[in-house]
Amino acid sequence: MAEPLLQVKYLRQHFKISRSFTVKAVNGVSFDIYPGETYGLVGESGSGKTTIGRSIIRLYDPTSGIIFFNGQKISGKLDNETNKMLRQNMQMIFQDPMSSLNPRKKIGDIIGEGLDIHKLYSSQKERNEIIGEILKKVGLSPAHAERYPQQFSGGQRQRVGIARALVMNPKLIIADECISALDVSIQAQVVNLMKDIQAETKCAYLFIAHDLSMVKYISDRIGVLHKGYLVETGLTREIFSNPAHPYTQSLLSAVPQPNPLVEKQRQLIHYDAAKANYENGTMQRLSDTHFVQWH
Amino acid sequence: MEKNILTVKNLDITFRTNAGNIHAIRGVNFELPSGKTVALVGESGSGKSVTMKAVTGLLDSNAIINSGNIFYNGEDILTFTKKDLRQKINGQQIAMVFQDPMTSLDPTMTIGDQITEGMFLHKKISKSDARQRAIELLNLVGIMDAEKRMKNYPHQLSGGMRQRVVIAVALSCEPKILICDEPTTALDVTVQARILNLIKDIQAEMNLSVIYITHDLGVVAKVADYVNVMYAGKVIEVGTVEEIFYDPRHPYTWGLLSAMPDLETDDDRLYSIPGSPPNLLHEPKGDAFAPRNKFAMKIDEREEPPMFKISETHYAATWLLHPDAPKVELPAELKSRLMRSRKAANYG
Repeated sequence: MAEPLLQVKYLRQHFKISRSFTVKAVNGVSFDIYPGETYGLVGESGSGKTTIGRSIIRLYDPTSGIIFFNGQKISGKLDNETNKMLRQNMQMIFQDPMSSLNPRKKIGDIIGEGLDIHKLYSSQKERNEIIGEILKKVGLSPAHAERYPQQFSGGQRQRVGIARALVMNPKLIIADECISALDVSIQAQVVNLMKDIQAETKCAYLFIAHDLSMVKYISDRIGVLHKGYLVETGLTREIFSNPAHPYTQSLLSAVPQPNPLVEKQRQLIHYDAAKANYENGTMQRLSDTHFVQWH
Repeated sequence: MEKNILTVKNLDITFRTNAGNIHAIRGVNFELPSGKTVALVGESGSGKSVTMKAVTGLLDSNAIINSGNIFYNGEDILTFTKKDLRQKINGQQIAMVFQDPMTSLDPTMTIGDQITEGMFLHKKISKSDARQRAIELLNLVGIMDAEKRMKNYPHQLSGGMRQRVVIAVALSCEPKILICDEPTTALDVTVQARILNLIKDIQAEMNLSVIYITHDLGVVAKVADYVNVMYAGKVIEVGTVEEIFYDPRHPYTWGLLSAMPDLETDDDRLYSIPGSPPNLLHEPKGDAFAPRNKFAMKIDEREEPPMFKISETHYAATWLLHPDAPKVELPAELKSRLMRSRKAANYG
């Protein structure tokens, strides 16, 4: 198997709220992402999935743990060169396309900001060409570069968010709940777009979401988080057809299906979260790719 | 047929804006049978929320109701004055659960005060009785330690708990109709399932009639008895939940169903309806869905289709149902999907 693009080892992220109270958001999570694949991270709110994404891209300083990206260590103190490499090769798409675009900047300048900082063009003409290309790629037109975010619909704005990430030609894109604010039919458009782009540019995605049915469509492998622990990870097929952890089972039983007579009969599998104590959990290997944590 | 507690007839609403008049609601008809659950589905901008705002009298001041009636228990509430509406209907008879539990509670008031506020407004009730009732409501919506929670502020609760509180506030005056506007989109799946079950249980207990506004067809399948599919300010297909999910007739409904991710198949591509909804600043000519409809015919460009009857409860507005229209094959993927779901449900 190829070298992993991203290796996360025993990542911990704690937030000190007061002298006596620390929120332990992420507790020793390890996983790998290979070049060109999509790794889905699912879990309920508060399970730590967003925190993991933000720790990897270094919006937070990890409390402990090691992260390797592209063969370089990106945890701990970053020197300028590593930082520059990280900023160019890892990008993020945010949840809310209404609030993640600066309303006072033109679309072209929002997308071009990374290019400006890293000086990735030699003339103004080249810059505009790059931006126009990217806009076309995400299904907008180069003329849109002169407009402001509020002139776009939610789905279009999310396309701008994707264009902003893509313009740097990153190796890894962290997509944090990037479709949950959109309508169902628009969600389908955006997910298809992300897949097309992956086929073309071979970038990898870390796809963070709570909507399991969408995660199934886009992911090659899935990790299930609960209370800051990775309780199960495996190929998408393995997670969906053969969920081993009771939490995964309860999560799957809660996904509504568009079949009224079946849906009205369905029983929720209840998972008693209070009993779960993962601190001394052990990882069990079910197959080469499928692991589950018992407690 | 049950008696309808709410009937909306030919509702037509325009918004006056700087850009021009937006014809947001173009003749909406819909019925809510007493004790049942009706879902309004459609994309953003299809007019589902505006219709419900008209029912609750919460329309913005730039909205003009051109025509139509809204009958609640036989009375046309559009003829009521604002004051009457506020005193007799809102909160008391018709209550609403809003989309985002993070913003629909007042951050400066305790949970207890927010639940009892409506009771003091609408009912002659003593302070201790109101408190007692609020604790009962919190228990009903499944909040532990209700007595302690009464003194909490919204920020001290999780998203799921806040949405439960919002439901408790809505139920505080024992309404007859509960309108839920995307009640679970801000919540994750396990919490969503619990909240939906909760609303169902309360509905049975209090004999509520419920309207769901949502774009999530999975939620609709779980809760609804009847479904109204809206597009560009009109109801374009209406039927029982079984009719809509197992035997849809309108191409837009086909598109919506196809765009739902399917947990059972391994397709790696999702269907998406091409194009985007029409801008209602310019009145669409003919069938508003025609530009996005691959089954569109010539007549779709000229004339708007009327509602064609399929059964006593099932109607759809598409020319494909006209006796002279050519027979069209459902898209293969959707066809196999419908077959599978019918089989799984032993339907028909």
